[in-house]
Amino acid sequence: MSSNIPTDLQYTKSHEWVRRMNDGAVEVGITDHAQSALGDLVFVEVPDVGRALRAGEACAVVESVKAASDVYSPVGGKVTAGNPALASQPELLNHDPYGAGWLFRLEMNVSADSSGLMSAGAYEKFLADESK
Amino acid sequence: MGLKTPLYDTHVDQGAKIVDFGGWDMPLHYGSQIEEHHAVRRDAGMFDVSHMAIVDLTGGRAREFLQFLLANDVGRLKSLGKALYSCMLLPSGGVLDDLIVYFMAETWYRLVVNAGTRDKDLAWIRRHAADFSVGVAHREELAMIAIQGPNARQKSASLLSPPQQAAVLELKPFFGAAFGSWFVARTGYTGEDGFEIMIPATDAADAWNRLRAAGVKPAGLGARDTLRLEAGMNLYGNDMDENHHPLESGLAWTVAFEPAAREFIGRKALEIVRRGGRFELVGLLLEERGVLRSHQKVIASGALLGDGEVTSGTFSPTLNRSIALARVPKHPNSTVQVEIRGKLHAARVVKPPFVRHGKPMIEI
Repeated sequence: MSSNIPTDLQYTKSHEWVRRMNDGAVEVGITDHAQSALGDLVFVEVPDVGRALRAGEACAVVESVKAASDVYSPVGGKVTAGNPALASQPELLNHDPYGAGWLFRLEMNVSADSSGLMSAGAYEKFLADESK
Repeated sequence: MGLKTPLYDTHVDQGAKIVDFGGWDMPLHYGSQIEEHHAVRRDAGMFDVSHMAIVDLTGGRAREFLQFLLANDVGRLKSLGKALYSCMLLPSGGVLDDLIVYFMAETWYRLVVNAGTRDKDLAWIRRHAADFSVGVAHREELAMIAIQGPNARQKSASLLSPPQQAAVLELKPFFGAAFGSWFVARTGYTGEDGFEIMIPATDAADAWNRLRAAGVKPAGLGARDTLRLEAGMNLYGNDMDENHHPLESGLAWTVAFEPAAREFIGRKALEIVRRGGRFELVGLLLEERGVLRSHQKVIASGALLGDGEVTSGTFSPTLNRSIALARVPKHPNSTVQVEIRGKLHAARVVKPPFVRHGKPMIEI
């Protein structure tokens, strides 16, 4: 099954995407592959503004009809926003995972290490290997 | 590689996401579980349930045998074609499985049992059937399709010839009838009207595709689960199992203690817990955002017996809220607390079903 992997984003092995914003902050969501695997999403819990996150820390929950899944922070930083639309429209994650379905925004720590993030090409290869 | 029903290739062709279910490769959904759920509540959907086991019991003492084997009383089956829901119990009173029994002929009864329990069920049935000289035939050559929804009966009648259509549309709820090598019953597991049809496996793909052409939407096990939970129907392995008896599983209505002289397997154990049961299965409606899931802890203040547990939980597409069945200590309050990821959330205790025939049965 092919999934949409925009080339201007970076990715994690746990299927989050990271967008670099103009103000230096980053926006985080889950990939098209992840939303498709989860199925219809019915509940999303995003981290509170001001919360400090370590890279790899479980910080959000996305629940489909069938199951709950954790979302991990791709980098260390402080939460500056959670997507308020998801409380009433969790299906935005299914319909527009890279746009209106964003989960939260982070101000990265000065020392944050983002070298572990994958390019679109690397994530595509990772997905292909994972499905073997 | 799991077991496959005769419709497996059809599901794959029609875009199903396939998952393992008790050793079977079954469709979870064909794109959107929620759309499939709504199709059944509002129009018509169909499920491949060929993984369930059809077991025919034959012999002059078949009725007597079932009156010993089952907690419900097949003596209630007065008319040919009538169906009865029952538990099959262990001597401990624990539930070995739940099933439907159809009264096919004076010396012929048909059971439909769960897929995941098939092997232990067949071994148990065969072991006891021998004492009654009853024949046990596992009808593996049959497929089964459940067509459910307010328009399901009308849309599925097109599979039959005009005279048969008239007969099948006259079937009363919980009755079935044979049409040649087909058996059509007005039963289901969704809280909607509809049919379950048992047909030769070689007919299955053609029937499925004709139903689809008639506007019946293929639906997967995902929607089947949300529909049955909204309808307040138990799932074996979640809401009942060998470690729990029917009286603490919301199934007291299926245990026929009368006539008192009928000795059925598990009766002695149930007589002991009959008056002093300490737990009960209730419905829960989450008052806040979030999703109830099986095994979450349920705290009932005022209960003397510790905590309860969610046995099945989900998001209800019809109510747009989370609902659950939970086994809780008997207590006087109308609300409980459910622990979700370490936090307590208020839930209202309600009497299932949550939804029936497309309509909410509880106040939101």
